[in-house]
Amino acid sequence: MTGDRRSRIHLSRLYSFSLVRSIFRDEHSQIGQKGYSRVVYCNDPDNPKQLQLKCSSNYVSTTKYTVLNFVPKSLFEQFRRVANIYFLLVGFASFSPLAPYSATSTLAPLLVMIAATMTKEAVEDWRRKKKDIEANNRKVEVFGRNHNFQETRWKNLRVGDLVKVYKDEYFPADLFLISSSYDDGICYVETTNLDGETNLKVKHALNATAALHDDHSFLQFKAMIKCEDPNEDLYSFIGTLFYEGQQHPLSQQQILLRDSKLRNTDCVYGVVVFTGHETKVMQNATEPPSKRSMIERKMDKVIYILFGILILISFIGSVFFGIETKNDIRDGESKRWYLRPDNPNLLYDPKRATLTAFFNFLTALMLYGYLLPISLYVSIEMVKVLQSIFINQDPDMYYEETDRPTHAQTSNLNEELGQVDTILSDKTGTLTCNSMEFVKCSIAGISYGRVMTEVERALAKRKGNVLPEGGYTSPDEYMDSGKSCKGFNFNDERVMNGKWVHESHAYVIQKFFRVLALCHTAIPDINQETGEISYEAESPDEAAFVIAARELGFQFYERMQTTISLHELDYQSGQIMDRSYKLLHVLEFSSVRKRMSVIIKNAENQLLLLCKGADSVMFERLANDGRVFEAATRDHIKHYGEAGLRTLVVAYRELSEEEFKSWEDEFLKTQTLVTADRDVLMDAASDKIERDLILLGATAVEDKLQKGVPECIEKLAYAGIRIWVITGDKMDTSINIGYACSLLREDMKQIVITLDSPEINDLEKQGDKEAIAKASGASITKQIREGKSQLNSAKESSVSFGLIIDGKSLSFALDKNLEQSFLELAINCASVICCRSTPKQKALVTRLVKMGTGKTTLAIGDGANDVGMLQEADIGVGISGVEGMQAVMSADFAIAQFRFLERLLLVHGHWCYRRISMMICYFFYKNIAFGFTLLWFEAYASFSGQPTYNDWYMSLYNVFFTSLPVIALGVFDQDVSARLCLQYPLLYQEGVHDICFSWIHILGWMLNGVISSMIIFFVTTNSVLHQAFRRDGHVVDFEVLGVMMYTCVVWTVNCQMALSIDYFTWIHHFFIWGSIAFWYGFLLVFGAVSPIISTTAYQVLVEACAPGPFYWMATLLVVVSTLLPYFSYRAFQIEFRPTYHDIIQRRGSDGSETRKKTDPAKDNFGEQETLLAK
Amino acid sequence: MNSNTPSTSAGGTGSADSTAPRRNSKRPKYSRFTQQELPACKPILTPKWVISAFLLVSVIFIPIGVVSLFASRNVVEIIDRYETDCIPLDSRNDKVGFIQSPQDKTCNRTLTVPKRMKQPIYVYYQLDNFYQNHRRYVKSRSDQQLRNPGKEDDTSSCDPEDTTADGMRIVPCGLIAWSLFNDTYDFTRNNQPVTLNKRDISWKSDRDHKFGKKVYPKNFQNNTLVGGARLDPSKSLSEQENLIVWMRTAALPTFRKLYGKIEVDLQAGDVINVELQNNYNTYSFNGKKKLVLSTTSWLGGKNDFLGIAYLVVGGLCFFLAMVFTIIYLVKPRQLGDPSYLSWNRNPGGR
Repeated sequence: MTGDRRSRIHLSRLYSFSLVRSIFRDEHSQIGQKGYSRVVYCNDPDNPKQLQLKCSSNYVSTTKYTVLNFVPKSLFEQFRRVANIYFLLVGFASFSPLAPYSATSTLAPLLVMIAATMTKEAVEDWRRKKKDIEANNRKVEVFGRNHNFQETRWKNLRVGDLVKVYKDEYFPADLFLISSSYDDGICYVETTNLDGETNLKVKHALNATAALHDDHSFLQFKAMIKCEDPNEDLYSFIGTLFYEGQQHPLSQQQILLRDSKLRNTDCVYGVVVFTGHETKVMQNATEPPSKRSMIERKMDKVIYILFGILILISFIGSVFFGIETKNDIRDGESKRWYLRPDNPNLLYDPKRATLTAFFNFLTALMLYGYLLPISLYVSIEMVKVLQSIFINQDPDMYYEETDRPTHAQTSNLNEELGQVDTILSDKTGTLTCNSMEFVKCSIAGISYGRVMTEVERALAKRKGNVLPEGGYTSPDEYMDSGKSCKGFNFNDERVMNGKWVHESHAYVIQKFFRVLALCHTAIPDINQETGEISYEAESPDEAAFVIAARELGFQFYERMQTTISLHELDYQSGQIMDRSYKLLHVLEFSSVRKRMSVIIKNAENQLLLLCKGADSVMFERLANDGRVFEAATRDHIKHYGEAGLRTLVVAYRELSEEEFKSWEDEFLKTQTLVTADRDVLMDAASDKIERDLILLGATAVEDKLQKGVPECIEKLAYAGIRIWVITGDKMDTSINIGYACSLLREDMKQIVITLDSPEINDLEKQGDKEAIAKASGASITKQIREGKSQLNSAKESSVSFGLIIDGKSLSFALDKNLEQSFLELAINCASVICCRSTPKQKALVTRLVKMGTGKTTLAIGDGANDVGMLQEADIGVGISGVEGMQAVMSADFAIAQFRFLERLLLVHGHWCYRRISMMICYFFYKNIAFGFTLLWFEAYASFSGQPTYNDWYMSLYNVFFTSLPVIALGVFDQDVSARLCLQYPLLYQEGVHDICFSWIHILGWMLNGVISSMIIFFVTTNSVLHQAFRRDGHVVDFEVLGVMMYTCVVWTVNCQMALSIDYFTWIHHFFIWGSIAFWYGFLLVFGAVSPIISTTAYQVLVEACAPGPFYWMATLLVVVSTLLPYFSYRAFQIEFRPTYHDIIQRRGSDGSETRKKTDPAKDNFGEQETLLAK
Repeated sequence: MNSNTPSTSAGGTGSADSTAPRRNSKRPKYSRFTQQELPACKPILTPKWVISAFLLVSVIFIPIGVVSLFASRNVVEIIDRYETDCIPLDSRNDKVGFIQSPQDKTCNRTLTVPKRMKQPIYVYYQLDNFYQNHRRYVKSRSDQQLRNPGKEDDTSSCDPEDTTADGMRIVPCGLIAWSLFNDTYDFTRNNQPVTLNKRDISWKSDRDHKFGKKVYPKNFQNNTLVGGARLDPSKSLSEQENLIVWMRTAALPTFRKLYGKIEVDLQAGDVINVELQNNYNTYSFNGKKKLVLSTTSWLGGKNDFLGIAYLVVGGLCFFLAMVFTIIYLVKPRQLGDPSYLSWNRNPGGR
């Protein structure tokens, strides 16, 4: 077993640099004081003192509600919406004589609506609950009273428990690491769930406890930890261990955090320090900011307007009512005597007309309440959930390789997807795969590797070169010939398959790959069954090197405590030999040093320093006689950089025994230093030996672009979406990637803003911070101004610009004073690339764009460093890639590949935007059309507050007769098919320009509602007037007029829906015609129940309306004339001012017949280009 | 214990992982429904469609309009407004005083039949400016009491006409019943009385289900202030059809209500004498009173509005169809000409 082997070796020396010494820092003095009051009695959770501290249990609940508070809390949540409060007040008021309707009919729809929303909440919460139950019931081994480890559930853990965690298990709580299966007490931890980083982190037990290895040794183990209180800082821990009479300082190195995973270590022993909600990860779990879409925010405004209208018409009505009531008694004589004005009550008192009018105002507020769509919120929520299901279920956005479909984490923002103006994208892992492939290398001044990178291909395409036929262009071609494997995409017949031995510089090649095989910190993992070796490396780059070395005959297969073993191909004998190297020192990689070295002793007792690092630091360290290939290598590195590759320079030197000895003494001395500047001194010490290197060559690895990225970006650009790439990469790499993914084009002018100028560099060397800041600020201001003038001068020509800015400049450009002008410059550029930017800058840039332009921004990223950006943007899209789940968890949508963004935005976004905005407009329309008929009727009823219709017709209006078709519209409607959406990306601009939810559009629909209500009321009343409406002489009375008008309303709003949707499936037909049929059905059934309940609806259809032709003829007339204005408007609009989707619809329907002969896609794209050129 | 399968971190060859068969693939199942590719008709308002739709409407509407107009024109209607004429000249300064006085209010009216009227001829009274739809008025009734003899006490909704001054329950209670219309008409032709059938003038459902056969008027119009007609306490409510008709409140302030039916034909030129009791007070609120005799057609009474409206809408549609046809012929537009797009000039910074 590998584990057994590993437990024999001490790896601590390998990590000599990363090892943090146990030092008492300043903070330790605070232990026991405020903020540092936690005391843990290790292995003694039943200690009365421990119990006294009342630490929380390890039971974790992430649900929003509990069984007890569900009802009050969810009700409270719902009534935070103004409209709902209004409906609740109306509900209460309906019990008073003020109410125009009966209480039940008022409350029923409210209750239905609240019940629907609460059910939704309950279902969502139940899902969270199930996850919690799963987590709480995971098993872990705890050292029990009978002195052995027993399984228990996570939720039963208490502070002070001693637990044993096995390989690949999650830690159940924040643990203090006592020891591991390794002798030196280290263990490997994967923290993907915490920070998204996939590399393994090393945790180190205290030397004092590292020896506690087997179960029996814990019998007598007693210790006490005093440490900080629970907090959310993942990267620090302050505590003191009191063990065997001694105090040991504890740091974050000894803490294993909940939700991270034990890797490569058989088992660890730990003591529970923080449990449940006190764990760092739980303390970190802040609610992601709740985002509301632009449409919803606008909708709120419209609802306020409707409120305004409601109050206004109620007021006007009550004024009229007051006047008329006052006139009912004049000179002591009753006018309308049949109302008995001489015998008044509170609601009708001619002598106190003002008071009467006030009560009438309250009544009217309730009466016209139908202007406010009670079911709007719940309908929208239902529709959005269904839309999300469509997004989740789209097989075109499913990624086979990782088995991940697209997932909408929130359904709030579906329609916002259709309005994105700017996309802010991360690069690594988002545009690229974040898996490094060894593509090229330069050894001894000769460049090897014939695979063309994507950037190269893009470059070649741009220059118009024909790609060499049959050359080594496509990596796929050679997949079969060589051993293909992940991380290796190298092809050159000169060196592959052991042929390198025939090269003239074979000895250099040997050294080169030896460096790659030895100079790293990876650990081999041999698959027991197949014998294949995989590597666990700190970074994907490093893994690529080890794999490359393996593929070329330097297979690294074993790492012992101080030795590294390789299967080596010997170039002299051509045989595979086993060689072991003694590992003396590892000088680790850091971002300051930009290089890494190992010092080894080979079988011939030669001391070698093998080094790899960035070109900027390596060339200056070369020995004078080691520069043989420098010029050629530099040249190659430049080419590789242009091809979008990451390069590292590889070099070595031989050390003499004395030199090494003297250096080692000094180095070890520094290592044991306990001062603050230890790291600096260590760097200096390493620096002393990493010099006089002999150049071997350079490597080039490619972070491949994801499949379909250039095409997707091109499509999105055609859709008029601005794309900004914000990356931590170097400027050159970023620019090249920009070309590769067609973000930058050859015909674009580049505006580069950088601080990498000689003057600034000079100042930096002097180190005067103030002067640097001043000079930098001035330089940036100047550069921005120049950029703007460049833009202005090019306004007339069709040149587009690409802006490239580096992180340092960005920090100045984001300054309050420069912010605006920077933004102005940036939004006028077609593409913006920010390189070398920090996570914080990512979020700042996002905020700048969001606030500055007021347009919708979408951020897309995959790593923990993108979280700020994702949360800041209007929409955050997380890529569920290799970098863990952090980004996905804080994102609103999770997709597996960048290219799915195209479909998500252009198809789903566009559809959802149109659907939701149409749905809301239609909601306003139907409620206004209905509500205003009440108002017109009131004008003929002295504004006395008598509703035209039966209570139940009205209360079922929003729930049954009109709601289902709207939901069908919101879920299924599509103006153009998915294929056409993608074919005409410009269609997307409809959302960006908010065509479907502009104020004009909304007000237009509202006006249409008012017109409809007028036509319905006046045409109906005039056609019935006072004459008989049947052959048997009956005249139209209150009951019949109500049914007639209501029938017209139901028909009209449903037919209006049928007119305005573009897509009829059987579902639409079913809902629209079903709703109308339902009205008649309802009237039949309701009319048949006792007249005490049905009152005015009793038998009204069967007896009065249906038998005569008049009712049906009036319905036909009213419905057709109500629809006529909208229909004519649409007909004229399509003819004279067609919107883009009208054109495409028409083209789509005609194109399917006539355009078959030519290639439609190409043809249309060509058209679009000319269209864009205008 | 190892419930979580180990996944190789980046950099490994990962061969072991990818070869493992994936039992639960999360691949969404393809269906036309979830892909939103259900068979659908996508109506597009092309000129042809628009023109055909307009033409269709006009082709249907114009004939209907003509037919309805004919139906309306065939109805013979005699309207006699009498509220002023039936006040003696000397009382016209104080109409309200006259109507409230106990003196005899008989009034004779003469109607001439302009055209032959086939039976049944419906006799209506028409009131004007009378708000039977006022909330206070509409609510002032008790359906329970009208229907159920056991619920006589259910007068809570009848305010202010729920009880007499001495607290006795009124049946039928409420303002509507209290203000029952009480003008009466008697018709004679050539000194022969014309019988007026006052049965079957209400809705059958009202007689059978809303007004009880065993509910008899009690304490009705016993208050000092008498509203309208009195009821025969010996007849059950379901038999008192004038009350039933009155209690079906009108929707609008001008309304007609059936008074009775004349079941003989009237010939053109016939002179009909009406002996009229002008009892009902519409003078307080300046309301008109009219007596209406009308035949019916299949479409009901005389009202040209419906026919004219059909003709107007049909004509308008025809006009629009013509306009579109002309546009279509004179200036046929290119298929999907995009030159109207407002954002063309600044296509998103490109």
